[in-house]
Amino acid sequence: MYRGQSGMWSWLLHRVTGVAVLLFLLVHIVDITMLGFGPTIYNNALSVFATPLVRFFSLALIASVLYHSFNGLRILIIDFWPAGAQYQRLFAVLTILLTLAGFISMGYFVLLPVFQGCPGVTCG
Amino acid sequence: MTTTSAPKVQNARANTVQLTVRVKRGAPGAASHWQEYKIEASPLDRFVDVLNNIKWTQDGTLTFRRSCLHGVCGSDSMRINGRNQLACKTLVADLGYKISAEPMLGYPVIRDLVVDMDPFFGKYEKVKPFLINNTPAPATERLQSADQRKRFDAGTKCILCGACTGSCPSVWANPEWVGPAAIVNAHRFIFDSRDEGAAERLQILSDRTGVWRCRTIFNCADVCPREIPVTDLIEDVKRAIIYGEPDIPNT
Ligand code: SF4
Ligand code: FES
Repeated sequence: MYRGQSGMWSWLLHRVTGVAVLLFLLVHIVDITMLGFGPTIYNNALSVFATPLVRFFSLALIASVLYHSFNGLRILIIDFWPAGAQYQRLFAVLTILLTLAGFISMGYFVLLPVFQGCPGVTCG
Repeated sequence: MTTTSAPKVQNARANTVQLTVRVKRGAPGAASHWQEYKIEASPLDRFVDVLNNIKWTQDGTLTFRRSCLHGVCGSDSMRINGRNQLACKTLVADLGYKISAEPMLGYPVIRDLVVDMDPFFGKYEKVKPFLINNTPAPATERLQSADQRKRFDAGTKCILCGACTGSCPSVWANPEWVGPAAIVNAHRFIFDSRDEGAAERLQILSDRTGVWRCRTIFNCADVCPREIPVTDLIEDVKRAIIYGEPDIPNT
Protein backbone atom coordinates (compact mmCIF):
# COMPACT_ATOMS: atom_id res chain seq x y z
CA MET A 1 0.00 0.00 0.00
CA TYR A 2 1.47 3.33 -1.03
CA ARG A 3 1.03 6.21 1.43
CA GLY A 4 -0.30 8.95 -0.79
CA GLN A 5 -1.82 12.26 0.28
CA SER A 6 -4.93 14.27 -0.56
CA GLY A 7 -4.30 14.12 -4.31
CA MET A 8 -4.18 10.32 -4.37
CA TRP A 9 -7.33 9.95 -2.27
CA SER A 10 -9.14 12.45 -4.49
CA TRP A 11 -8.19 10.44 -7.54
CA LEU A 12 -9.21 7.13 -5.95
CA LEU A 13 -12.54 8.53 -4.80
CA HIS A 14 -13.10 10.02 -8.26
CA ARG A 15 -12.62 6.56 -9.79
CA VAL A 16 -14.85 4.76 -7.30
CA THR A 17 -17.66 7.33 -7.56
CA GLY A 18 -17.32 7.29 -11.35
CA VAL A 19 -17.91 3.54 -11.45
CA ALA A 20 -20.80 3.89 -8.98
CA VAL A 21 -22.50 6.50 -11.17
CA LEU A 22 -21.97 4.31 -14.24
CA LEU A 23 -23.63 1.35 -12.47
CA PHE A 24 -26.58 3.55 -11.54
CA LEU A 25 -26.85 4.65 -15.14
CA LEU A 26 -27.34 0.99 -16.13
CA VAL A 27 -30.07 0.60 -13.49
CA HIS A 28 -31.62 3.83 -14.70
CA ILE A 29 -31.71 2.58 -18.30
CA VAL A 30 -33.55 -0.52 -17.06
CA ASP A 31 -36.11 1.44 -15.04
CA ILE A 32 -36.76 3.93 -17.85
CA THR A 33 -37.23 1.00 -20.25
CA MET A 34 -40.20 -0.08 -18.07
CA LEU A 35 -42.01 2.99 -19.38
CA GLY A 36 -42.50 1.10 -22.63
CA PHE A 37 -44.58 -1.55 -20.80
CA GLY A 38 -47.23 0.88 -19.64
CA PRO A 39 -47.91 2.97 -16.54
CA THR A 40 -48.73 0.14 -14.12
CA ILE A 41 -45.53 -1.78 -14.68
CA TYR A 42 -43.52 1.44 -14.65
CA ASN A 43 -45.05 2.61 -11.37
CA ASN A 44 -44.55 -0.80 -9.80
CA ALA A 45 -40.92 -0.81 -10.86
CA LEU A 46 -40.35 2.69 -9.55
CA SER A 47 -41.89 1.94 -6.16
CA VAL A 48 -38.67 0.00 -5.46
CA PHE A 49 -36.93 3.34 -5.13
CA ALA A 50 -39.15 4.21 -2.18
CA THR A 51 -38.08 1.25 -0.02
CA PRO A 52 -35.64 2.09 2.79
CA LEU A 53 -32.88 -0.10 1.35
CA VAL A 54 -32.98 1.52 -2.07
CA ARG A 55 -33.28 4.94 -0.44
CA PHE A 56 -29.99 4.10 1.21
CA PHE A 57 -28.48 3.31 -2.20
CA SER A 58 -29.90 6.59 -3.47
CA LEU A 59 -27.92 8.33 -0.76
CA ALA A 60 -24.74 6.64 -1.99
CA LEU A 61 -25.63 7.72 -5.51
CA ILE A 62 -26.19 11.33 -4.45
CA ALA A 63 -22.84 11.37 -2.64
CA SER A 64 -21.13 9.85 -5.69
CA VAL A 65 -22.64 12.27 -8.19
CA LEU A 66 -21.87 15.27 -5.99
CA TYR A 67 -18.30 14.22 -5.31
CA HIS A 68 -17.62 13.27 -8.90
CA SER A 69 -18.99 16.59 -10.18
CA PHE A 70 -17.17 18.82 -7.73
CA ASN A 71 -13.91 16.92 -8.12
CA GLY A 72 -14.35 17.10 -11.89
CA LEU A 73 -14.48 20.89 -11.53
CA ARG A 74 -11.37 20.71 -9.36
CA ILE A 75 -9.54 18.82 -12.11
CA LEU A 76 -10.73 21.29 -14.75
CA ILE A 77 -9.38 24.18 -12.71
CA ILE A 78 -6.05 22.38 -12.26
CA ASP A 79 -5.88 21.68 -16.00
CA PHE A 80 -6.80 25.11 -17.33
CA TRP A 81 -5.81 27.66 -14.70
CA PRO A 82 -1.99 27.89 -14.67
CA ALA A 83 -1.92 28.54 -10.91
CA GLY A 84 -4.52 25.84 -10.22
CA ALA A 85 -2.18 23.00 -9.34
CA GLN A 86 -0.71 25.02 -6.47
CA TYR A 87 -4.09 25.12 -4.76
CA GLN A 88 -5.05 21.50 -5.33
CA ARG A 89 -5.02 20.64 -1.62
CA LEU A 90 -7.33 23.54 -0.82
CA PHE A 91 -9.60 22.49 -3.68
CA ALA A 92 -9.61 18.91 -2.41
CA VAL A 93 -10.89 20.13 0.96
CA LEU A 94 -13.46 22.39 -0.73
CA THR A 95 -14.63 19.44 -2.82
CA ILE A 96 -15.34 17.44 0.33
CA LEU A 97 -17.08 20.39 2.04
CA LEU A 98 -19.29 21.11 -1.00
CA THR A 99 -20.12 17.42 -1.32
CA LEU A 100 -21.08 17.23 2.35
CA ALA A 101 -23.20 20.39 2.13
CA GLY A 102 -25.09 19.06 -0.89
CA PHE A 103 -25.33 15.58 0.55
CA ILE A 104 -26.77 16.61 3.90
CA SER A 105 -29.43 18.83 2.37
CA MET A 106 -30.45 16.32 -0.31
CA GLY A 107 -30.16 13.36 2.05
CA TYR A 108 -32.62 15.05 4.39
CA PHE A 109 -35.38 14.92 1.78
CA VAL A 110 -34.54 11.39 0.69
CA LEU A 111 -34.73 10.03 4.23
CA LEU A 112 -37.59 12.19 5.53
CA PRO A 113 -40.36 9.77 4.43
CA VAL A 114 -38.55 6.88 6.15
CA PHE A 115 -38.54 8.73 9.46
CA GLN A 116 -42.14 9.79 8.98
CA GLY A 117 -42.99 6.10 8.86
CA CYS A 118 -44.43 6.03 5.35
CA PRO A 119 -41.67 5.22 2.92
CA GLY A 120 -44.07 4.56 0.01
CA VAL A 121 -44.33 6.65 -3.15
CA THR A 122 -47.61 8.16 -2.08
CA CYS A 123 -46.17 9.73 1.07
CA GLY A 124 -43.57 11.80 -0.75
CA MET B 1 24.97 34.95 15.22
CA THR B 2 24.89 33.01 18.47
CA THR B 3 25.49 29.31 18.82
CA THR B 4 22.86 28.59 21.45
CA SER B 5 21.29 25.75 19.52
CA ALA B 6 24.50 23.73 19.27
CA PRO B 7 24.29 21.93 22.68
CA LYS B 8 20.78 20.71 21.91
CA VAL B 9 22.02 19.09 18.76
CA GLN B 10 24.84 17.44 20.66
CA ASN B 11 22.41 16.07 23.24
CA ALA B 12 20.23 14.65 20.55
CA ARG B 13 23.26 12.94 19.05
CA ALA B 14 24.12 11.41 22.43
CA ASN B 15 20.60 10.06 22.99
CA THR B 16 20.35 6.98 20.87
CA VAL B 17 17.10 5.13 20.43
CA GLN B 18 16.31 1.52 19.65
CA LEU B 19 14.83 1.14 16.16
CA THR B 20 12.96 -1.71 14.58
CA VAL B 21 13.66 -1.63 10.88
CA ARG B 22 11.67 -3.89 8.55
CA VAL B 23 13.15 -4.33 5.10
CA LYS B 24 11.40 -5.98 2.19
CA ARG B 25 14.04 -8.20 0.72
CA GLY B 26 13.97 -9.81 -2.66
CA ALA B 27 16.26 -11.52 -5.14
CA PRO B 28 15.80 -12.42 -8.79
CA GLY B 29 13.60 -15.47 -9.16
CA ALA B 30 12.62 -15.60 -5.48
CA ALA B 31 9.56 -14.34 -3.63
CA SER B 32 10.21 -11.25 -1.54
CA HIS B 33 10.02 -11.40 2.25
CA TRP B 34 10.20 -9.01 5.18
CA GLN B 35 13.23 -9.09 7.44
CA GLU B 36 13.38 -7.31 10.77
CA TYR B 37 16.48 -5.67 12.27
CA LYS B 38 16.92 -4.09 15.71
CA ILE B 39 19.47 -1.31 15.74
CA GLU B 40 20.54 1.68 17.83
CA ALA B 41 20.41 5.05 16.14
CA SER B 42 20.41 8.73 16.94
CA PRO B 43 17.27 10.67 15.99
CA LEU B 44 19.55 12.87 13.93
CA ASP B 45 20.92 9.99 11.90
CA ARG B 46 19.76 9.83 8.34
CA PHE B 47 17.99 6.66 7.34
CA VAL B 48 20.88 5.80 5.04
CA ASP B 49 23.17 5.79 8.13
CA VAL B 50 20.86 3.25 9.74
CA LEU B 51 20.96 1.04 6.64
CA ASN B 52 24.75 1.34 6.51
CA ASN B 53 25.01 0.33 10.19
CA ILE B 54 22.82 -2.69 9.60
CA LYS B 55 24.92 -3.68 6.61
CA TRP B 56 28.24 -3.12 8.37
CA THR B 57 27.41 -4.63 11.80
CA GLN B 58 24.57 -7.13 11.29
CA ASP B 59 23.94 -8.31 7.77
CA GLY B 60 26.38 -7.73 4.94
CA THR B 61 23.95 -9.14 2.41
CA LEU B 62 21.46 -6.26 2.78
CA THR B 63 21.54 -4.56 -0.59
CA PHE B 64 20.74 -0.93 -1.34
CA ARG B 65 22.13 1.76 -3.59
CA ARG B 66 23.74 4.98 -2.35
CA SER B 67 26.52 7.16 -3.65
CA CYS B 68 26.78 10.83 -2.73
CA LEU B 69 24.98 10.64 0.66
CA HIS B 70 24.08 14.30 0.21
CA GLY B 71 20.86 14.28 -1.77
CA VAL B 72 22.53 15.05 -5.07
CA CYS B 73 23.02 11.83 -7.00
CA GLY B 74 19.51 10.48 -6.57
CA SER B 75 20.60 6.86 -6.23
CA ASP B 76 18.98 5.98 -2.89
CA SER B 77 15.31 6.66 -3.49
CA MET B 78 13.26 3.93 -1.86
CA ARG B 79 9.88 3.52 -0.22
CA ILE B 80 10.44 4.45 3.43
CA ASN B 81 7.38 4.15 5.69
CA GLY B 82 5.29 3.66 2.57
CA ARG B 83 6.42 6.77 0.70
CA ASN B 84 9.25 7.33 -1.78
CA GLN B 85 12.09 9.30 -0.23
CA LEU B 86 15.87 9.59 -0.45
CA ALA B 87 17.37 7.58 2.42
CA CYS B 88 20.15 10.17 2.74
CA LYS B 89 17.74 13.08 3.05
CA THR B 90 15.40 11.59 5.64
CA LEU B 91 16.08 11.78 9.38
CA VAL B 92 15.26 9.00 11.84
CA ALA B 93 13.53 11.67 13.96
CA ASP B 94 10.97 12.11 11.19
CA LEU B 95 10.37 8.38 10.75
CA GLY B 96 9.65 7.07 14.26
CA TYR B 97 10.86 3.97 16.09
CA LYS B 98 9.40 1.48 13.64
CA ILE B 99 10.59 2.04 10.11
CA SER B 100 9.79 0.07 6.99
CA ALA B 101 11.85 0.13 3.81
CA GLU B 102 10.74 -1.28 0.46
CA PRO B 103 11.95 -0.96 -3.10
CA MET B 104 10.05 1.63 -5.15
CA LEU B 105 6.94 0.44 -6.96
CA GLY B 106 6.85 0.56 -10.74
CA TYR B 107 10.43 -0.65 -11.26
CA PRO B 108 11.75 -4.21 -11.64
CA VAL B 109 13.53 -5.21 -8.41
CA ILE B 110 17.16 -6.29 -8.85
CA ARG B 111 17.82 -7.12 -5.22
CA ASP B 112 16.35 -5.90 -1.92
CA LEU B 113 16.04 -2.11 -2.21
CA VAL B 114 17.85 -1.84 -5.55
CA VAL B 115 15.60 -1.41 -8.58
CA ASP B 116 16.41 -1.46 -12.27
CA MET B 117 16.55 2.15 -13.51
CA ASP B 118 17.25 1.28 -17.16
CA PRO B 119 13.63 1.65 -18.32
CA PHE B 120 13.47 4.93 -16.42
CA PHE B 121 16.48 6.36 -18.25
CA GLY B 122 15.10 5.03 -21.53
CA LYS B 123 12.00 7.21 -21.01
CA TYR B 124 14.22 10.12 -20.06
CA GLU B 125 16.15 9.84 -23.31
CA LYS B 126 12.92 9.55 -25.27
CA VAL B 127 12.00 13.21 -24.59
CA LYS B 128 15.34 14.49 -25.95
CA PRO B 129 16.64 16.15 -22.80
CA PHE B 130 19.23 18.35 -24.51
CA LEU B 131 19.29 21.74 -26.23
CA ILE B 132 17.96 21.62 -29.77
CA ASN B 133 18.88 24.75 -31.72
CA ASN B 134 19.95 24.68 -35.32
CA THR B 135 20.64 28.38 -35.75
CA PRO B 136 24.41 28.98 -35.78
CA ALA B 137 25.65 29.86 -32.31
CA PRO B 138 26.33 33.59 -31.87
CA ALA B 139 29.88 34.78 -31.11
CA THR B 140 28.91 35.22 -27.44
CA GLU B 141 26.16 33.55 -25.39
CA ARG B 142 22.61 32.85 -26.49
CA LEU B 143 21.07 35.61 -24.38
CA GLN B 144 18.01 35.15 -22.23
CA SER B 145 16.17 37.44 -19.80
CA ALA B 146 15.80 36.67 -16.10
CA ASP B 147 12.08 35.98 -16.61
CA GLN B 148 12.81 33.59 -19.47
CA ARG B 149 15.35 31.78 -17.31
CA LYS B 150 12.86 31.58 -14.47
CA ARG B 151 10.25 29.96 -16.72
CA PHE B 152 12.03 26.58 -16.74
CA ASP B 153 13.95 26.92 -13.47
CA ALA B 154 11.99 24.27 -11.56
CA GLY B 155 12.92 21.44 -13.92
CA THR B 156 16.63 22.21 -13.78
CA LYS B 157 16.67 21.01 -10.16
CA CYS B 158 15.82 17.40 -11.02
CA ILE B 159 18.40 14.83 -9.91
CA LEU B 160 16.70 11.92 -11.72
CA CYS B 161 16.13 10.00 -8.52
CA GLY B 162 12.98 8.44 -9.96
CA ALA B 163 10.93 8.93 -6.77
CA CYS B 164 8.16 10.72 -8.66
CA THR B 165 7.85 8.10 -11.38
CA GLY B 166 7.81 5.31 -8.76
CA SER B 167 5.04 7.04 -6.80
CA CYS B 168 2.67 7.37 -9.76
CA PRO B 169 -0.37 5.03 -9.98
CA SER B 170 -0.47 5.62 -13.74
CA VAL B 171 3.07 4.22 -13.97
CA TRP B 172 2.15 1.21 -11.81
CA ALA B 173 -0.79 0.52 -14.10
CA ASN B 174 1.14 1.02 -17.32
CA PRO B 175 4.94 0.72 -17.19
CA GLU B 176 5.05 1.98 -20.78
CA TRP B 177 3.91 5.41 -19.64
CA VAL B 178 6.68 8.00 -19.90
CA GLY B 179 6.11 9.12 -16.29
CA PRO B 180 6.60 12.37 -14.39
CA ALA B 181 10.42 12.55 -14.31
CA ALA B 182 10.76 12.43 -18.10
CA ILE B 183 8.10 15.14 -18.46
CA VAL B 184 9.91 17.34 -15.92
CA ASN B 185 13.05 17.07 -18.03
CA ALA B 186 11.12 17.70 -21.24
CA HIS B 187 9.64 20.80 -19.59
CA ARG B 188 13.18 21.96 -18.82
CA PHE B 189 13.82 22.36 -22.59
CA ILE B 190 10.32 22.96 -23.97
CA PHE B 191 10.06 26.14 -21.89
CA ASP B 192 13.62 27.32 -22.56
CA SER B 193 13.51 30.36 -24.89
CA ARG B 194 16.82 29.26 -26.48
CA ASP B 195 15.50 25.87 -27.51
CA GLU B 196 13.85 25.07 -30.84
CA GLY B 197 12.78 21.49 -30.20
CA ALA B 198 9.48 22.19 -28.42
CA ALA B 199 7.25 21.02 -31.28
CA GLU B 200 9.19 17.77 -31.57
CA ARG B 201 8.97 17.04 -27.84
CA LEU B 202 5.31 18.02 -27.60
CA GLN B 203 4.66 15.57 -30.44
CA ILE B 204 6.41 12.79 -28.51
CA LEU B 205 4.47 13.62 -25.36
CA SER B 206 1.06 13.78 -26.99
CA ASP B 207 0.83 10.12 -27.93
CA ARG B 208 -0.78 7.29 -25.91
CA THR B 209 2.16 7.03 -23.55
CA GLY B 210 2.50 10.80 -23.20
CA VAL B 211 1.24 13.45 -20.77
CA TRP B 212 -2.43 12.53 -21.00
CA ARG B 213 -1.95 9.52 -18.75
CA CYS B 214 -1.35 11.97 -15.92
CA ARG B 215 -4.51 11.92 -13.77
CA THR B 216 -3.37 14.82 -11.53
CA ILE B 217 -2.82 12.53 -8.56
CA PHE B 218 0.01 14.72 -7.19
CA ASN B 219 1.97 11.83 -5.61
CA CYS B 220 4.95 12.95 -7.73
CA ALA B 221 4.87 16.51 -6.40
CA ASP B 222 4.42 15.23 -2.85
CA VAL B 223 7.56 13.08 -2.95
CA CYS B 224 10.05 15.07 -5.02
CA PRO B 225 13.12 15.51 -2.78
CA ARG B 226 14.04 18.63 -4.76
CA GLU B 227 10.63 20.15 -4.09
CA ILE B 228 9.88 20.47 -7.78
CA PRO B 229 6.14 21.08 -8.31
CA VAL B 230 6.13 18.10 -10.68
CA THR B 231 2.39 18.09 -11.43
CA ASP B 232 2.44 21.84 -12.23
CA LEU B 233 5.10 21.18 -14.85
CA ILE B 234 3.13 18.30 -16.36
CA GLU B 235 0.07 20.57 -16.53
CA ASP B 236 2.22 23.22 -18.24
CA VAL B 237 3.13 20.68 -20.91
CA LYS B 238 -0.50 19.59 -21.30
CA ARG B 239 -1.51 23.21 -21.89
CA ALA B 240 1.37 23.69 -24.35
CA ILE B 241 -0.02 20.75 -26.35
CA ILE B 242 -3.59 22.09 -26.19
CA TYR B 243 -2.62 25.64 -27.22
CA GLY B 244 -0.01 24.50 -29.75
CA GLU B 245 3.00 26.17 -28.14
CA PRO B 246 4.59 26.66 -24.71
CA ASP B 247 3.90 29.99 -23.03
CA ILE B 248 7.36 31.48 -22.62
CA PRO B 249 7.83 35.18 -21.75
CA ASN B 250 8.86 37.16 -24.87
CA THR B 251 11.32 39.25 -22.95
S1 SF4 C 1 11.35 15.41 -10.48
FE1 SF4 C 1 12.00 15.20 -8.34
S2 SF4 C 1 11.28 13.13 -7.75
FE2 SF4 C 1 11.26 13.21 -9.99
S3 SF4 C 1 13.23 12.37 -10.64
FE3 SF4 C 1 13.47 14.61 -10.54
S4 SF4 C 1 14.24 15.00 -8.45
FE4 SF4 C 1 13.44 12.91 -8.45
S1 FES D 1 23.00 8.90 -1.89
FE1 FES D 1 23.02 10.44 -3.45
S2 FES D 1 21.00 11.21 -3.24
FE2 FES D 1 21.13 9.90 -1.54
